[in-house]
Amino acid sequence: MTALLSARDVTMKFGGLTAVNQVSLDVAPGEIVGLIGPNGAGKTTFFNCLTGMYQPTSGEVEFDGQLLPPKPRRVAMAGVARTFQNIRLFQNMTALENVMVGRYARTGTNAIDAVFRLPRHRREETETRRIAEEWLDFVGLGEAADLLSRNMPYGDQRRLEIARALALEPKLLLLDEPTAGMNPQETREAEELITRIRGLGMAILVIEHDMRFIFSLCDRVACLVRGAVLIDGAPETVQNDPRVIEAYIGTPVDVAPSADGEGDSDA
Amino acid sequence: MNDTGSLVTLAPDSSGPAPTGERWIRFAKPARWIAIAGAVGVLAAPFMAWAYRPDALDDVSFWGEPSPLQWFAFALGLLLLGCLVAPFVIKPRPGRRPRRLLAFNRGAKAAASGSLVYFAVASAAIVLELGGLVALEPGAWAGLAGALVATVATRALPEGHDPRLQFLNTPAWGQILGIVGAVALVLFAAAYGLGQDGASTFVTFGVLCGVGVYVAARVGVMGWLSAAAARNRRALVLAAFAVAFLFPMTQDGSDANMSIAVGVLIFAATAMGLNIVVGLAGLLDLGYIAFLGAGAFTAAILSRSAFATLGWSPPFPVVVLISGTVAAILGLIIGSPTLRVSGDYLAIVTLAFGEIFRITMNNLDGVDGPNLTRGSNGIPAIPDLELFGFDFGESHMILGVQIGRFANYYWLMLLVLALIILVFTNLNHSRIGRGWVAIREDERAAEAMGVNVFGLKLLAFAGGAFLAGIAGAVKAHVDVSVTPDQYIFMESAFLVAGIVLGGMGTVGGVLIGASILKLLPEKLRFFEDYRLLMFGVLLVVMMRFRPEGLMPDERRQLEFHADDDELAEEIGENIEAHVIPSLAGAPEPDLKGDDA
Ligand SMILES: Nc1ncnc2c1ncn2[C@@H]1O[C@H](COP(=O)(O)OP(=O)(O)OP(=O)(O)O)[C@@H](O)[C@H]1O
Ligand SMILES: [Mg+2]
Repeated sequence: MTALLSARDVTMKFGGLTAVNQVSLDVAPGEIVGLIGPNGAGKTTFFNCLTGMYQPTSGEVEFDGQLLPPKPRRVAMAGVARTFQNIRLFQNMTALENVMVGRYARTGTNAIDAVFRLPRHRREETETRRIAEEWLDFVGLGEAADLLSRNMPYGDQRRLEIARALALEPKLLLLDEPTAGMNPQETREAEELITRIRGLGMAILVIEHDMRFIFSLCDRVACLVRGAVLIDGAPETVQNDPRVIEAYIGTPVDVAPSADGEGDSDA
Repeated sequence: MNDTGSLVTLAPDSSGPAPTGERWIRFAKPARWIAIAGAVGVLAAPFMAWAYRPDALDDVSFWGEPSPLQWFAFALGLLLLGCLVAPFVIKPRPGRRPRRLLAFNRGAKAAASGSLVYFAVASAAIVLELGGLVALEPGAWAGLAGALVATVATRALPEGHDPRLQFLNTPAWGQILGIVGAVALVLFAAAYGLGQDGASTFVTFGVLCGVGVYVAARVGVMGWLSAAAARNRRALVLAAFAVAFLFPMTQDGSDANMSIAVGVLIFAATAMGLNIVVGLAGLLDLGYIAFLGAGAFTAAILSRSAFATLGWSPPFPVVVLISGTVAAILGLIIGSPTLRVSGDYLAIVTLAFGEIFRITMNNLDGVDGPNLTRGSNGIPAIPDLELFGFDFGESHMILGVQIGRFANYYWLMLLVLALIILVFTNLNHSRIGRGWVAIREDERAAEAMGVNVFGLKLLAFAGGAFLAGIAGAVKAHVDVSVTPDQYIFMESAFLVAGIVLGGMGTVGGVLIGASILKLLPEKLRFFEDYRLLMFGVLLVVMMRFRPEGLMPDERRQLEFHADDDELAEEIGENIEAHVIPSLAGAPEPDLKGDDA
């Protein structure tokens, strides 16, 4: 099977710091791939390289047979949607409006249509609303359509962000720690939601620290450590690899306290 | 880091004021009686003399014969007394939950401190005008004392439950009646206020209006009104438009007030154009007045003035389009290189652009460049408009009322303003408007969702400029002459201030904010020197107490759309359920992202 997304030797340097180092990763259509790694490993930076928010220092990203330019808008239009580790909703818009923004790239009403309320505007407006409502229902937020997103509980905000990404009708969904900060109940719901998204035939690349979540959900798991891919394989293989455990817990001997210069991950 | 302008992304998180006086709750009963005594003092004051000479305010030197301003004080006193006594009169029907439709205690607090402000302002005006405290007669002292007592005493009353009037099921005609009544009240207040020649009378009346609105808001009437308005948009728009349309009829041919009114409309129309840029797209533009100037100069140059430099004067509708287009092209020229910078940098660049425009207009005088604008002399003697045989310079009699030159332009401007509002709302409620708001809220996230950030910013700039250009074309004819020094930075600053004051991104709020900012300096000529100081204070106070503006964005009001008590209850519980856990130490997400 040809890969839907294929990143080749992506490297991202910030000054002297190599946050992502020669990372190559493939995602096949319909596949769920997990991306794990300790804090500061470069997972979010890698996402930013994929989505054009950063221009990689070197390497390239191919999606659906085309090279992705480092322009977030082009990437989105090509069919890659993402969520953010620190939720980035449009706070003073309602839940419904947030999802409707997700339809932006899939609609074409221009200023003239809107000012004169031409048929295209009215047709697309009703359709956008209907589709947005459907996605809200899909993630279980149908009742919250008119709430301002900043007034929604944390778990709902995460789901709303997913709905907004889904409204783009992507072929690949990038989720950055979708269960961060959730309680076990919410985590289970998120897990169930992601399984349902997979059911739609969408490929998913998900960053997550919750190992139970990753190993029960993913077809394949890649582990990133200090910017480089440590291992990429089936969940069982990764789960039992001593190097992964070491990367998370550290080796009991011979760790000089000053060895780690990249601990601070807040940019 | 969040990279939109700091002024524009002010967090609209105003958690309600902390409940005051809860400690004093056991004194609530005696406090109520003390406050009632204070209210009686306020009620008695109007029947006494306030000043010993008649030339302060509207002659308040008589005993037993209240002047209008004293009657207003009486009205405030009644309001205060009413709020204090109402809980004795209105009791829940036996066996039923109290409905808590109105928050009378809050109303009493507001009315008491409002009366205090009213008497303080009135007394200050008397003292200033007549020279010295000795000018105050017992009436003023009685009012001050009564209001002070009531203010202090009402602090001990409990805040009480949020008013629920807005959730009451009111028949549609009742809602519409309320809207029409409110709008008519606004017309009356505007006509009366404009009719006051004395600055102190005007200020006192302004304070009265402010207090009235504040009390209504605290009691819960405003909540009901805005809910009714939200449900009957069309009725509200029609009523507001009708009132604005009828306004010249109340002026009886007085050009003085109508010229101010035209100025207000032009200012409001310009602010509405800027509202796209600042309010919707969140781009802080401090040089916007240049686009109004571009429109005005274009119209002047294309007019039939003897000083017009081109010698080509197409009919006015064509001129309007050309003016708008010239302004829009300027917008594109300034926008395409600068919109890549954001936030404070954009503000600085646009500020510089405004100055460059003014200086360029000053220099296109035939000495350093082509003679287009006649330099600092500008283009005077722009003739009155003539549209379809209608001469805007002439007076007409309509229904027995004299309609002068400025009233004609008023109606034209009203039409232009209506069109601009239509454009604004249609854009706002479309894919384009959502894109703008998304950019305002989080530019990087918007881009990641496929929003064409650069294109939309450019469109906001060019579109806003186009609307300002249109307003400028009319302004050229109203003002008769166009000179560069009408388009200074201060005007841009006032435009932005009007938008922030009223409520960014709203129609009603910006109209109100712009009107206030334009009207005050016109009526308060003697304040000239303190104008800036006053606006500064006003803005600081607003940012502290109501950062979302006088009329917050309707997006922020959507939560109040419940129709009945049950749903209201539910919403209340939901909000509590959502707010309380987050107070109870759930980790607050750090939303200032480091993702990109
Ligand atoms: N814009 C930037 N400028 C400089 N350094 C950066 C920038 N963005 C990220 N980094 C650095 O790159 C490294 C990787 O950060 P990244 O956020 O990608 O880690 P992560 O794997 O997502 O970690 P976490 O699990 O905590 O989210 C960190 O050392 C971080 O400080
Ligand atoms: Mg991360």
